[in-house]
Amino acid sequence: MNRRNPEYDFKWCPGCGDFGVRRALEQATEKYLIETEMPVEANVVVAGIGCSGNMVHLLEGPQPYGFHGVHGRTLPVAMGIKMSRPDLNVVIAAGDGDFLGIGFEHVGPQAARNLNVTAVVMDNGVYGLTKGQSSPTTDLGVITSSTPYGKAEVAINPLSIYLTMGVSYLASAMSTKIKDMTSLILNAMMHPGFSVVHVQSPCTEFNDTYELLKGNRKKGIEPVAWSVPDGHDPEDIEAAFRIATSDGIPMGLLYKDASRPTFDRQIAGLTEKAGAKSAAELMESYAI
Amino acid sequence: MIKNDFVVRFAGEGGQGLLTVVTALSQAASQVGYNVQTFATFPSQITGGPTWFQLRISTSDILSAGDDLDALVAFNEEAYREHRGEVGGSGVVVYNTEAFDLESDGKSFGMPFGELAKATGNNRAANFVVMGALAHLVGMPLSMLEEFNRVKYTRGRASDEQIVSSNNHALALGRDEAIKSGFSLGELARPTRPEGEQILVNGNEALSLGALAAGLEVFVGYPISPASSILVWMEKNLVGPGRFVYQGTSEIESINAVLGAGYAGKKAMTATAGPGFSLMSEGIGLAWMAEIPLVVTDVQRGGPSTGLPTKTEQSDLLTVLNPSHGDISIPVIAPGTVEECFYAAVMAFNWAERYQGPVVLLSEHALSERQKNIPKPDLSSLRIENRIVYAGVNGYRRYEASELSPMPIPGAPGGYVANGSEHDGIGDTTHLPARHVQMTERRFGKLKLLEDGSYEEENAQAPVTIMPWGGSKGPAREAYEQLAGSGMNVGWAYTMYLNPLPPALLETLRQKELVLVPELNYLGQLSSVLRAQGVRAQSITQYTGLPFRVRDLVGRIRERVNATQREGVTA
Repeated sequence: MNRRNPEYDFKWCPGCGDFGVRRALEQATEKYLIETEMPVEANVVVAGIGCSGNMVHLLEGPQPYGFHGVHGRTLPVAMGIKMSRPDLNVVIAAGDGDFLGIGFEHVGPQAARNLNVTAVVMDNGVYGLTKGQSSPTTDLGVITSSTPYGKAEVAINPLSIYLTMGVSYLASAMSTKIKDMTSLILNAMMHPGFSVVHVQSPCTEFNDTYELLKGNRKKGIEPVAWSVPDGHDPEDIEAAFRIATSDGIPMGLLYKDASRPTFDRQIAGLTEKAGAKSAAELMESYAI
Repeated sequence: MIKNDFVVRFAGEGGQGLLTVVTALSQAASQVGYNVQTFATFPSQITGGPTWFQLRISTSDILSAGDDLDALVAFNEEAYREHRGEVGGSGVVVYNTEAFDLESDGKSFGMPFGELAKATGNNRAANFVVMGALAHLVGMPLSMLEEFNRVKYTRGRASDEQIVSSNNHALALGRDEAIKSGFSLGELARPTRPEGEQILVNGNEALSLGALAAGLEVFVGYPISPASSILVWMEKNLVGPGRFVYQGTSEIESINAVLGAGYAGKKAMTATAGPGFSLMSEGIGLAWMAEIPLVVTDVQRGGPSTGLPTKTEQSDLLTVLNPSHGDISIPVIAPGTVEECFYAAVMAFNWAERYQGPVVLLSEHALSERQKNIPKPDLSSLRIENRIVYAGVNGYRRYEASELSPMPIPGAPGGYVANGSEHDGIGDTTHLPARHVQMTERRFGKLKLLEDGSYEEENAQAPVTIMPWGGSKGPAREAYEQLAGSGMNVGWAYTMYLNPLPPALLETLRQKELVLVPELNYLGQLSSVLRAQGVRAQSITQYTGLPFRVRDLVGRIRERVNATQREGVTA
């Protein structure tokens, strides 16, 4: 629902990157529904557990259909919804812990299937709601509440992992750049296949990376974020890999392959000849 | 001597074609009008390992696999030594002389299974050699088996004629060996074809057919013994527009996909066994919390952990009643026969749709593999229920009412959040004490809608009642009939609706001095559930990985009843 619901007592902290992601998601959804002439009730938001998952309750405007399930399982739920009703627009709102930690095992299979949903992953590099534990994208050596002597693992590179697994639309965005993010999310929704918009969405409380991402000339801090060059061909997977594995965090559209059939079309094609069987027909096959 | 009942066991090693011969013989016998029931037990490996199948052929309805063997077909010496003790007084052992030989023990005869098959020109005809010998032993005309052979192997292929004729030749060679041996088991009475149309299915097939008849549209499952055959069946048959069937990457993916499907308006199911069920428990809690209709089939095997993947047990009951953390009580329907597998599946969907939540369909290994002829279910007379769907405008508060309320389906107005956190009317997360009280009572209150389960009760005035559950029904029923027939004052109660129990049944059980529960677990799970509900219940337990033998049950029930009566006298 929205902030006006007095019973709902969850709040994002001031300055949380998720505010910007919400704005972009709202605008992208609105544009998508207008362009496709779909009613708001044809849009379903599947949320993970964590600060970012509260997106489903905090979206302003008309009450959308939402699913706020258990930790890490947005993709299986989204598969159940989308494969039951391919006519619905299914959007996932999850964080780096939910999507790439506990729920990581589900990314590869959905990429291989090319499930036609859009995942908006809010990466703050930390478990915020449980008060500052390390996440898969926390850097090596960083001290968090669960790594008091420094993190012993290197951070994963989500972008190159998505590409390796076969995500068919991949964009990287920054929570403060709402206009760019809106357009990347809208195009992800339009994309026929599994699309991921991975957003740097800093946590002001436990992992404030705003300055690191944007840089600070006065302090001599070079920005970690950089824009994907204009000339990049998003259909060139090798170029996409080069960008994903470069230093820093590239922002923009990295990869897009609209030629692969979506999961629902693939299955429809494979089973077309088999045809639907009724309970009565099947029963008859066991007649004595 | 005319026999009405014939029990034969095929024992050997996995991969020796035991399943082929038992399937063929049960198909052949059911086609000519006999009742048949099979039992299978095997190790958890692709091929090899001690394996046996049992087939009971009868002129009347069959309740159990049968205690005493009329015939044992031993494919190797180990099988002979392991199983000969269960051959009844007048029983006969047929063994493969290619595997071992025996001094005459007065009840065995050998023949070279493979060599005789080879003589027909069809190396794969050994099962027909065996069938020919068995047919002679029970005076079954070979024409019955020849007819089966002709129907089964007329498949429109060039090789049909050659296969049919070599199989017939094999039948005759087997028969000749049996004649030479001089053994006979008497004559199996001619069958009286059961009334009405029949189908020959195993428990998992009956369950799958029931699910489809109930309107199943989405199935996602992960391979696990003994539930894999449901997944395989669904992958083949649950195709077409509006349906979705898929092999998930885990039980966690499966249950969550089924949750999404149930939320999106579909009748959805997954099927698993103990280890997979444990992985699904969080998802089942979510279905209870967010009020999403779905069915989880648990085909029990020996547990805990990996346990006994290919053996039977009834040890998941306590788990399926309360699979998840928190306050929860999951409706459970546990079929006790192959026929009940069909109807239990239908009711599981009706319940799930009616109360908008998860229902566990609790089967077990012994039922899943059991092949049996059952009356063909009449699809036109089935009562199929569908959830109450919200048909109003946007702005609906889906969870606001204190009782069941119409469920909105995405795509139509009525947006809300299906939420696993405690929530308010629209599905937004809340921590208000009054809301948790209201919502907890709303969820438990809906169970009242499921108190329509049917039950069996006989000799209700007896102070002691036998009440089995699930697959122990058959042997317990046979034991009950023997005991009641011998004049013991003992009652019978049975239901497949284990949660909630039919209230009227629970009321009569509470009046009993003793309710005896035969069940295949160590803890005595159903009896503990009954005791918690005010019933004086005790279990008769067994945890061997095998079903009860009727003889054992008769003895153990008699012992308990006598003890109760003695206590009654001293009191």
